[in-house]
Amino acid sequence: MIYSLEVNFKSLVQISMSLNIIVLAKQVIDPEMPLSAFQIDQESREIITPSTIPPVVNGFDENAVEAALRIKDTQEANVTVISMGQHFALDVMKKPVSMGADQLVLLQDESFHNAMDALVVAKILSAGITKLGSFDLIIGGRQASDWDNAQVPLVLAEILGLSCITLAKQIEIKNEAVTVERQMLDGVEVLEAPLPSLITVSNELGQPRYPTLRGIMGASRKQPTVWSAADIGINSDDLRQQIEIVDLYLPTSDKDCEIIQGTDDSDSGRLLALKLREAKII
Amino acid sequence: MDESTKILIIGEIESGSIAQSTKELLAAGRSLADESGKQLCIALTGSNMESNYQEAIDCGADIVYIINHTLLEKYQPDLYLSAICQASINIRPSIILISRNTNGRELAPRLAGRLRVPLAQDCLEVKFQKDSGRMVSYRPVHGGNAMAAIVCKSDPQIASIRPKAYEPAESDPSRVGSFETIDVELNEEMAKVKMINWVEDTTEGVQLETARIVIAGGRGLGGPEPFEDLQKLATLMGGAVGASRAVVDSGWVPHPLQIGLTGKSISPELYITVAISGASQHMAGCSGAKIIVAINKDRQANIFKDSQYGVVGNWQDILPSFTETIRELLS
Repeated sequence: MIYSLEVNFKSLVQISMSLNIIVLAKQVIDPEMPLSAFQIDQESREIITPSTIPPVVNGFDENAVEAALRIKDTQEANVTVISMGQHFALDVMKKPVSMGADQLVLLQDESFHNAMDALVVAKILSAGITKLGSFDLIIGGRQASDWDNAQVPLVLAEILGLSCITLAKQIEIKNEAVTVERQMLDGVEVLEAPLPSLITVSNELGQPRYPTLRGIMGASRKQPTVWSAADIGINSDDLRQQIEIVDLYLPTSDKDCEIIQGTDDSDSGRLLALKLREAKII
Repeated sequence: MDESTKILIIGEIESGSIAQSTKELLAAGRSLADESGKQLCIALTGSNMESNYQEAIDCGADIVYIINHTLLEKYQPDLYLSAICQASINIRPSIILISRNTNGRELAPRLAGRLRVPLAQDCLEVKFQKDSGRMVSYRPVHGGNAMAAIVCKSDPQIASIRPKAYEPAESDPSRVGSFETIDVELNEEMAKVKMINWVEDTTEGVQLETARIVIAGGRGLGGPEPFEDLQKLATLMGGAVGASRAVVDSGWVPHPLQIGLTGKSISPELYITVAISGASQHMAGCSGAKIIVAINKDRQANIFKDSQYGVVGNWQDILPSFTETIRELLS
């Protein structure tokens, strides 16, 4: 009975208040950095964070911020960006705020490793989101460009018991439900789920907006909320990694490219076609 | 830890028979089963699946579990997830393999999350390690710039396998096995997500995923117009046109043409790239291509590392003579 009372109370609150949207964001090593700067620490089996190249907000997470802001463009909404990690480059993590998000929450603790174990990360985010209070929608990027794991939002949806839709190219909210257009291999699906819900987005959603000068000025004055493991009730049991990286290495390429060289570029094109015939490929 | 003797494959049916991606899982699972001495099991979900169990056994399964429920006739992710979750709890496997295809990329993390165990995502290979008794999964990370070998320390150990990473298991009608049905409890309220519309993509011509020849263009083409030249070449060769993510993000061609980690995975016999630098994220989508040909003005471009044949120069001068010579050869 107590549970149903809570549900009723929540829906009453939602009628009178604006939408609460939470966006999951991750700070990652810049994936566009030159390959020469990409190094592995064999001993710790970790990718070395280059000291001269600043980190970035994960690309698909910027798409997630954009998705939230598009909803905020059309209706009353409060957008909270949440991230977890050991250390943050504050100017980098403030970018979503300068794009238009209302607040930034950093779950920051020496014990919060950027690990591949999505379950641990999702537990931490779930604790932070629960402390934030009620919400209508969580939006995350399809995957992070460091571990390419594509798991955390979905595991989070399971922990929080939310409906979930992946790879949205358009999101609309009305009548306590979310409608999502989803790009499939052979068409577009239109799906609907009840709120609260979790949606992941990809680059199909379109380019994230650039921060405006006013946005940047505003973000520079806003301070993030910073919570430690203790603040959100995360203990060492929650942090126990269940995934062990036993090896991390650079892949080798075994192909030996034969360069076709003619008298000029036009001749090279002709020789390439003849080569493909000679090799019985065409 | 519970010493289970079972490896469970989450199987899919496509047009009435075992899906190609499931046969790939059966190949991966069979080698794990042979290395570990475990039994290879497969769960087939839907209704009226009895006709498919012999096919699964022929392709390497020892036990086929049929999850029969009227609510599984049409694929609905919440119901399907609940069904395979209940089946996993019932069967108690030590290893679960799922294809990282369209459905699997959503199901695998949700299954792992619901069972509160980790997942080895998007693996190219799985091996059994005798001394530890665990599965080691090999997966590309950082957009393919590095490979990680990982071990999941709690059971069931779940791995999602990248499509086309394994050759599909071959059928051997002399194989024997058994089948069981598993009851699951499902109700309509579990289906939270509902499909309310479907707009089919009407792109004409050869489908990218099944094309024998693919010709793709990159940012170096400078704009949408050169894609007409690529299309002419593709039509000539009976192939399909693809593009890199940069091209799609610039709006030069529609999204369904994107090849790469976040686009389509292709495995043509011949893949011709024009002005594509070959970032590892792009290469992740064409690792199944048999022959890669690169046309690029930068000899240092990454694309040449994965290509068998290359031409270094301006595509504006190379493409017309290449196309013309192909036309002569094929006529």
